[in-house]
Amino acid sequence: MTKEIFIKRFFLFFALLSIFFLAGIVFVLFKEGISLFTRVNIIDFLFGKSWYPTHTPAEFGILPLILGSLLVTAGALVVAVPLGIGSAIYVSEIAKPGIRDVIKPLLEILAGVPSVVYGFFGMVIFAPFIQNLFNLPTGLTAFTASVILGIMALPTIASIAEDAISSVPVSFKEASLSLGATKWETIVRVIVPSAMSGISTAIILGMGRAIGETMTVLMVAGGSAIIPHTFFQPVRAMTATIAAEMGETVVGSMHYQSLFAIAIVLFMLTLTFNIIADFISQKFKKKMTGGL
Amino acid sequence: MKKRKLKQIIGFSLLRISVSIAIFALFSILYFIVVRGAGVINLEFFTSMPREGMTEGGILPAILGTFYLAIGAILFALPLSVFAAIYLSEYARQGRLIRVIRLGVNNLAGVPSVVFGLFGLAVFVKFFGFGVSIISGALTLGILILPTIIRASEEALLAVPRSFREASLALGATKWQTIRRAVLPSATPGILTGAILGVGRAAGETAPILFTAATFFITRLPSSIFDEVQALPYHIYALMTEGTHPDLQVPIAYGTALILISLVLLINLVAITIRYRIRKEKRW
Amino acid sequence: MVKRDKVVTKNLNLWFGDNHVLKDVDIGIEENKVTAVIGPSGCGKSTFLRCLNRMNDLIDTTRITGKVLFDGEDVYNNRMDVVDLRRRVGMVFQKPNPFPKSVFENVAYGLRIQGIRYGIHEKVEKALRSAVLWDEVKNRLNISALSLSGGQQQRLCIARALACEPEVILMDEPCSALDPTATAKIEELLFTLKERYTICIVTHNMQQAARVSDYAAFLLLGELVEFNDTNKIFTNPKDKRTEDYITGRFG
Repeated sequence: MTKEIFIKRFFLFFALLSIFFLAGIVFVLFKEGISLFTRVNIIDFLFGKSWYPTHTPAEFGILPLILGSLLVTAGALVVAVPLGIGSAIYVSEIAKPGIRDVIKPLLEILAGVPSVVYGFFGMVIFAPFIQNLFNLPTGLTAFTASVILGIMALPTIASIAEDAISSVPVSFKEASLSLGATKWETIVRVIVPSAMSGISTAIILGMGRAIGETMTVLMVAGGSAIIPHTFFQPVRAMTATIAAEMGETVVGSMHYQSLFAIAIVLFMLTLTFNIIADFISQKFKKKMTGGL
Repeated sequence: MKKRKLKQIIGFSLLRISVSIAIFALFSILYFIVVRGAGVINLEFFTSMPREGMTEGGILPAILGTFYLAIGAILFALPLSVFAAIYLSEYARQGRLIRVIRLGVNNLAGVPSVVFGLFGLAVFVKFFGFGVSIISGALTLGILILPTIIRASEEALLAVPRSFREASLALGATKWQTIRRAVLPSATPGILTGAILGVGRAAGETAPILFTAATFFITRLPSSIFDEVQALPYHIYALMTEGTHPDLQVPIAYGTALILISLVLLINLVAITIRYRIRKEKRW
Repeated sequence: MVKRDKVVTKNLNLWFGDNHVLKDVDIGIEENKVTAVIGPSGCGKSTFLRCLNRMNDLIDTTRITGKVLFDGEDVYNNRMDVVDLRRRVGMVFQKPNPFPKSVFENVAYGLRIQGIRYGIHEKVEKALRSAVLWDEVKNRLNISALSLSGGQQQRLCIARALACEPEVILMDEPCSALDPTATAKIEELLFTLKERYTICIVTHNMQQAARVSDYAAFLLLGELVEFNDTNKIFTNPKDKRTEDYITGRFG
């Protein structure tokens, strides 16, 4: 008997490791980053408009980086949400089984393309295209990064939204069709509203994916740490700043600390998204099981 | 009535357009990389070291480096994930503890990859003193792919029918015997799928190895797990951003991208095929 | 009085893949009467019902031959507008399936999709009164339909069908998920509904078929064994198999 209890505890230990690592990440970020705030006011850090970490005197205002991240993420969502949800509806409601069996794996492949490849494609093909199309001084802009990031987030959104849509009970669909609704009316008025919480989860997780994505924005967004005024100028996101500058910092320097401090902000943002997404999907589960 | 039909036609067209854009994006990425990458790939590209300041020669060290990192990551992550999944599917009862663990797994999955890189830098590179090395990178990647494999393994375990467990328990087997002899064997293909997907993910990641394992240029192959390495994804990034001879280096980047994407897609294809087969084959 | 059939099937055959589910079924469903389709589970009752408003179209492997005439027009004709057909033929399902919307919005659904903007409230009230649900819900039209009891939900689904002003109502074992009290209410409802609608009900409950229907059709393994006045079927069946079934010897 005691052996069985030992085995159970053994597995429990490993199940707790994820939380342990998560806590470890938080601990490390704070340990390395928090001392920045003994020398830089947190308000100046979050809302300062100038990011000159290696200048003398150095300035650590990350507002341009936060805005850069938000702009690119918002742009990515404009691309990914309609296309992702549209693809999900197409795959689960309209496509014939043969076509569905082709498209679903293709979307999975799209999800499997490494982000550095998206970044590379963005740099060598898409950015020059955008530069010529709009006659810009550079093709590496927030817009370019948004489109590439949107395509990257698309399969994430499509796959979660599709799960939600295909778990809408068939009886809802039948009821609607039997009342003389067209397929399209059934989709718009019954299926999508019933799957709304799953679709919201998909959007929020897609948002988290976009804001946390590093290589694409690093390679494609252009990298200027100035507050963006239009979509067609280069921006620098938080993730890209960390990735680009960490290699050049001295361990323990203010610059090093400030990059960890940026990671704290980034981590908090994605954590919030994930908790909201988790909360919505839990509520959804209760609603579906406790309904009747 | 006509108006309603028209709405449906327009609506369906919009949906078809969305899916077409997604597929078009995939194929245009593949098209350019295959067409422009194929030209630089030959046997020497696979088997030789880079030469002349990364403007000539092959990418053998990057291929080997990615191989070491991905294998290291899975060796670390697979046992941990399977053990965690066994707890979640076989032992845990619905309640607060399992809610918290799930939340932990979900949130770990959502942590930006560059943050994993920082964690690896502070913990493995600095604190444990492994330096920028294969081991630091593999451990960092291992933590990154943990949630993917936990979820896949849990799904595989939960798909094993209750009746298998009941039959085994009814024959007088202990819970652990039941798991080991009745549940795990049936779940193995599913767990394997998760592991393969994990390898693919680890092979393609760049940000986590930026400060923990990767280097742009080394003249010799790594001789121990404490050596720094080149890696395919980092190599593409470095050629594009640190390269000094774009005319010579962009083609090498295309070739590297083609090899990376073929590798990752092949890995994913294997995993997806296994999964579709498991789902279609209702053996129980 | 001349007997007038609202819906007629002729040589109706249906396959799901290789599975021959309905075999040469000929039935006439008379206007303003209740026709019951009975038979053991798996005999094709529900499938038959779903042929009448083409709900079987939703299953990809379905193949159909023969005719289903609705007011003399073949519903499987290419010119037939399936959407309009389904508006004219209401359906009530085995398990109550209200949408996760309010009581009001459930009943208004069919009206809204037809683009009706005016008089929705009156039409919803009328439909709820016809389904004898109005008094129970009139003060809480905005609560979620899912919070009603099972019997109320089923009457809501009937009201939802009635709001579209159908000519025929198909009922697929509408009481199988309900308790006896709720069942009695629905059966009572059928008597008033048949004055205005043509009803076809599928049931595996013999007593129910005997109580509510004017005509009864007995299906066995996809074949129509016997079709006659309900009285005759239950008191003096012509076919041995019908007799065996209604006396409970199999099924």
